Amino acid sequence: MTALDVTDLHVSTVDDTPVLRGVSYSIEPGEILALVGESGSGKTTAGLAALGHFRTGLKAVSGSVLASSCGGAPSDVLALPEKQRRALRGRVISYIPQDPALSLNHSLRIGKQIAEVLEVHGYPGSVEDRVRETLTEVGLPSDTEYQRRYPHQLSGGQQQRVGIAMAFAWKPSVVVLDEPTTGLDVTTQALILETVAKLAAEQDTAALYITHDLAVVAQIAHRVAVMYSGEIVESGAARQVLHEPQHSYTRALMAAVPGIEGPVGRSEAEEPDEDVVLRAERIEVSYADTKVLRGVDLAVRRGESVLLLGESGSGKTTLSRSLCGLIEKCTGTVTLDGNPLSASARKRSCEQLRDVQYVFQSPFSSLNPRRTIAESVEVPLRQLTDLDKDQRRKRVAEVLEQVRLDPEYADRLPGGLSGGQRQRAAIARALVTTPKVLVCDEVTSALDVSVQATILELLGELRTELGMSILFVTHNIALARHVADRIAVLREGLIVEQGTVDRVLDAPEHEYTRELLANTPKL
Amino acid sequence: MIRMILRRLLISVLVLLVVSILVFVATLLLPGDPARAILGTQATPERIAALQEHMHLNVPVWQRYFDWLSGVLTGDLGFSTSTQGSVNTLLADRIGASLVLLIASAVISTPIGLVVGTWSAIRAGRTSDHVVSGFSLVIAALPEFVIGVALVVLFSTSVFKLLPSVTLSPPGTPVWERPTQLVLPVLTLVLVVTPYIVRMMRATMIEVLASGSVEMARLKGIPERIVLFRHALPQASGPVAQVIALQLAWLAGGVVVVEFLFRYPGIGAALIDAVNNRDVQVVQAITLLIAGVYVVVNLLADVVGIVTNPRLRTEVAK
Repeated sequence: MTALDVTDLHVSTVDDTPVLRGVSYSIEPGEILALVGESGSGKTTAGLAALGHFRTGLKAVSGSVLASSCGGAPSDVLALPEKQRRALRGRVISYIPQDPALSLNHSLRIGKQIAEVLEVHGYPGSVEDRVRETLTEVGLPSDTEYQRRYPHQLSGGQQQRVGIAMAFAWKPSVVVLDEPTTGLDVTTQALILETVAKLAAEQDTAALYITHDLAVVAQIAHRVAVMYSGEIVESGAARQVLHEPQHSYTRALMAAVPGIEGPVGRSEAEEPDEDVVLRAERIEVSYADTKVLRGVDLAVRRGESVLLLGESGSGKTTLSRSLCGLIEKCTGTVTLDGNPLSASARKRSCEQLRDVQYVFQSPFSSLNPRRTIAESVEVPLRQLTDLDKDQRRKRVAEVLEQVRLDPEYADRLPGGLSGGQRQRAAIARALVTTPKVLVCDEVTSALDVSVQATILELLGELRTELGMSILFVTHNIALARHVADRIAVLREGLIVEQGTVDRVLDAPEHEYTRELLANTPKL
Repeated sequence: MIRMILRRLLISVLVLLVVSILVFVATLLLPGDPARAILGTQATPERIAALQEHMHLNVPVWQRYFDWLSGVLTGDLGFSTSTQGSVNTLLADRIGASLVLLIASAVISTPIGLVVGTWSAIRAGRTSDHVVSGFSLVIAALPEFVIGVALVVLFSTSVFKLLPSVTLSPPGTPVWERPTQLVLPVLTLVLVVTPYIVRMMRATMIEVLASGSVEMARLKGIPERIVLFRHALPQASGPVAQVIALQLAWLAGGVVVVEFLFRYPGIGAALIDAVNNRDVQVVQAITLLIAGVYVVVNLLADVVGIVTNPRLRTEVAK
């Protein structure tokens, strides 16, 4: 018997723009269906519809969502009166959100938040016992002291486990998981995926796993449905869809996924002694009592791309900001072409500032929403050069062309651009002063895979064209062969391993690097 | 948590001390010599000198400050030159009268503001929400004396003649013996304060109701009433408490205008009289009192913020 059967679901915005155009999928008990698509494809809407929930501004037009609780007759979630629909939520169909930091209630203790879902639906047994049991099932301590913690007293991975515990507390017949591992480290992600797979199998729960990460799909899903602009364009067994994609969109999506394999061998020398552009020595930074960086040495040679790899909390952003003079209390020395740089950007000369430029993680927050793209790109020229208005305008047009951004976007506000176009504009702003070193801090992690691929390609071309060096900061080891010559692995404020990409990936020396490679999902 | 509250308390005491210095210095800067003001233009230099000595105006400023401060700390607010009596007895009744205004306005406006704001947030975008928003914006834009005069015109002079427009208590009898005369002053203050609370509550609640944690609570199948009371309201209460505190603190100063308008025998009216009469120690006492109310309500708002936000009161455990 099917646990969840969605048939010909049409959803539109309140002003009748279609969002889902006839989506159908079904999941058997114990089966994991991955719903794959890029942002804006409607995958979250399709997932939330399983709970009969539509976010503000959306409405269901037609279609049916049949859910059956174990042994019961199927009922149409969309047709039920509000009260009965509510009785299904959390008990028969449950939901695991993308970001537990936003979805857990920060003023309630976690034990209470799990107990709550049992209490409101009238759990027949002892709520207390069941809370303890679920906490153990997801691999968390179950003692009273732990249950009395607040969400902010847990790490991101632990918070997501609490989210999973809430979802599986009632042993539901359907669980909807909305990108539950986005934002988690690969090691934590691997543990979470394992927990979900185990619980779904044990409780015979049908799981809908929404994600954009095809490598995760390969690891966890039995079947895959690929969504593109509100429609399911391809579906089938995971192995088949991933290895013999039929639809052209699926093929393009697969091609865009960076694999740990990929082109081999680009750089030669192991020791970066000669022609160093940017060198950092004994960099240390502490916040209050915590040492974030504990003596980091790093060198970037002319024209070279170095991948700085680290998980969240490793200090990688602190390091990249220190190099740019954004962390004034850092100690140690940073030299550019042999000349020392001040720890404070305010004390650096215009020339020095021009030579080291920074691209931020999210193009959605790093561009001023009230300035046109051309105005934003012009800012470094105004601040750091003596160019007059005409020269500046010429240079802006030139650099926009370099990042392959159509000139028609120059006078638009960031709101009128897609994520990938915005990141191109942000890169243009960094390139406009022709820097010697470009520091890219997780520049693709806010973007879809297909957009990520084009940005990586652009950075590679720019490096060859302009002969500049790149420090590419990321948590994603799979990008290494696509952007870098060398890798430096940062862990808890120390570089634990450094070497050419081939050497580090093929013969990792440090235990931690080996662990990261093992936990990185592969297609 | 106790340590944080104690810290705030200590800071409040320091703030009050600084305020006492400012108040003292400010009254020194009031134009004119108090002795000359009391005796009038016909006074001889000898009489002025005698009065100056009587009022300790000839001792050094810092010594006068410490004398005054030690008096305030031991509960003696000084001597009122214009009424020839102790400031304590002069203010005793008036503080009571003003507190009645303040507390009545706070007790009425806070719950109304919270309930109307929440209701408006739940119905965001509908007609009733637009009506509430528009109405509260209009009222918030009106100064208190305009509201007061409008109420007088409406309820006691031109349209209806239901309520007294001025307070007519014989001296010595408490104002609350005739409750009708309290209605208009309280109503004025309530109308001034409530719109801000409504608007802040509405904005905060809309944000909280759209947050991930409220969506999650709904997806857990929790009844809407529990979602509201357990998940949404506690998250909104911190920021709103700050606004309520600001409004209550404003009330302490705002009574000056309203009391003047309704001839209400409270500290506001007393302050105006005292400034006119160069009654320095009364001015000092009242200003310090109003500053004290400011500090105390803000302290209370901080405490509410600390209590409702576990992130402020618990350590991050690893």
